[in-house]
Order: sequence, then C-alpha cells, then structure tokens
Amino acid sequence: MSGLDVTRLGREFIESIGRLCGPGEKFLVKFEEPTDERYGWVPTMRPIDKYIQYGLVLLDKPPGPTSHEVVAWVKRILGVSKAGHGGTLEPP
Amino acid sequence: MLPIALEKMTKIIGFIMHSSKEYVCVMDVHAPVSEDELRRVLGEFKGVIYQRPPLRSSVKRSVRRRAVHEIELLEYDGKLALMRVACDAGTYIRKLCWDIGLVLGVGAHMRELRRTKTGPFHESHGLVRLQELSEAVYRWKVEGKDDMLRKTVMPGEYIVCGMPLIVLRDTAVESIAHGAKLAAPGVSMVSERLRKGDRVAMLTLKGELVAIGKAVMSSYEIIEASKGIVVEPLRVVMETGLYPRAWKREGAGVDGP
Repeated sequence: MSGLDVTRLGREFIESIGRLCGPGEKFLVKFEEPTDERYGWVPTMRPIDKYIQYGLVLLDKPPGPTSHEVVAWVKRILGVSKAGHGGTLEPP
Repeated sequence: MLPIALEKMTKIIGFIMHSSKEYVCVMDVHAPVSEDELRRVLGEFKGVIYQRPPLRSSVKRSVRRRAVHEIELLEYDGKLALMRVACDAGTYIRKLCWDIGLVLGVGAHMRELRRTKTGPFHESHGLVRLQELSEAVYRWKVEGKDDMLRKTVMPGEYIVCGMPLIVLRDTAVESIAHGAKLAAPGVSMVSERLRKGDRVAMLTLKGELVAIGKAVMSSYEIIEASKGIVVEPLRVVMETGLYPRAWKREGAGVDGP
C-alpha cells in the first residue's frame, strides 16, 4: 500500500472518531502532508496483538457481578495484563 | 454498558469516567398515582438536584450537586415506571427514585437499572457480550482467524471522541511519545473549536492516538504560530520506537527518517 493510500485511510479513520458521538470535527490545516507508510499503522489495520493492546471493548455488562469482577474476566479472556473500565467508580 | 480499555488505553479511560451518563431504569411506585401527577413530579427533578451518597457507597457522604439533564417517562402502568435519565456522572439513580417517591408522597424504589451511555459511547454502537468475546478469542487462538476479534474489540482511539483533536506530522510523533511538549511546527491539522486550556487529543496522520494534553494556544493561534509550545502533555498512550526520531541529538545532527 502506498503512502498516499495510507494517508487517505488515516484521514478517513480520523474523521470517523469525531462522527462516533457527534457531527464530526472541522479542521484547520497547517501543513497538508502525507504520512510515511513505513511507520505505525492506521488503527484498524494494526497487527492483531497491537490491535488488542490499543483496544477497547464496549461490554454488555451482565447485572450482578461488579464492574471490577467483569474487568478481571475480560483480562483473562483476552490475556491482557492491564484493563480499566469507564463506568462510575461506585454502583449508582 | 461498560466500556473497558485494554493495556495502553487504560491510561486514558479515566477521562470519560467523569462524563455524563444515560440510564434506563424501572421505578416501583408504592401506591397508585396518576400518570399526570408522576410526569409533573418527574419534571421537578430536571435541572440541578442535591444528593447525599447512600450509606453503601465508596465516596465521602457529603451532599453533592448533580445535574439531571433529561428525565423521560417511557412507559407507566400505574405501578412500574420505565424511565430514561440523562445525568452527570456520580448521580445515584437509586437515590433519585427514592426521592421521587418522597415527593409523590407514596414512596418508590428502583427495581432495575441499565446504563445506555457513558461519555461518547452509546448502546447503539453495538455492545459485546462476554460470551461473544470468548468465542472471538477461541476463533483466533484455535482457528487462526482474527475477523471476529476485530469486530468485538474496537480501536481505543474512539475514547477521545468529543475532545478537540490535533493531527501531528510524522516528524513530531516520536518526541510526543517520549513525553515532550508539542511545538507549532509539528502540527498538521487542528480542530477549529480548540481553545486555550482545552484538553486535546494528539493523533498521527494515520489516526493513532499519541497522547492527551492541555492546549496552551487556540486553533487560530496555532495556525499563525511559526514556533512556540502549543500543547503540554498530560498522558502519553503510544509506545516509543514506532516513528523515527527527528529531533537533534548532540553531535549527531538531525536523525531523520
């Protein structure tokens, strides 16, 4: 894949972030330039181990177990050393 | 719904922990009240409310102010009320139901609760059950196919939705990954709405999250500036070594790509 393809896919990914929860970001451009395909990855194209390391799971939490317990299960299922949840700190 | 950040993204999940939430709950009203009366009382709970955290809670039990942005009655059969509540983080829904019962004069309590929104994430983005996650891992480890896993896990970059963004030039990435401040020449693009003092997410041109920082210039100042610091780092997410070092080293000149 060429640098130009990666730049286009990167730009599409960046735009998808803003559109997940809103109308999308409006950008001012300072330096319009391509990215070098030799370094890093468009997030959706990371090798699977990196993809998980930089990943997020939107879990359908079963009622009953605490968030803390559920996070421990997710860590074990995916074999990751660290994970953290974005709920509230206490049961509401 | 519970967003769970893995490994590198663990560092920044706390940024949405304190964002607004949306719940759907079932409230049990202890004696019949009319729907009109219930709607009138629910309306009184919209806006800023005062709550003392319940006995069994993990925070200091002093009265706190929380905003209830929306409270919508979805269904009511004279006893059970299905409601949608949008509120600040740290609002106790159980307590809210209890207090609604007091104002109704007949008492009420929360029967069931489900969170439908946390920060930028909504139920409609597609939730993953533990069972599906475990099947996806099985397919990957045993059958060598990672397609399901790539659907059940999403890039953690989406955590920063809602934050203003700065897109870095390739040459600035490695120094930010090392924890350096961002200088004006390292910027490729910036969200127009960025103001001085805002929390801002710094991405590569490929969309990878490098770090979250605090803007010390507004978007228009950044576009005008030819030098100077534009962002101070708060949390670095990206590992080092992915992008080339482009800064000057003593006696080595410029170590470019």
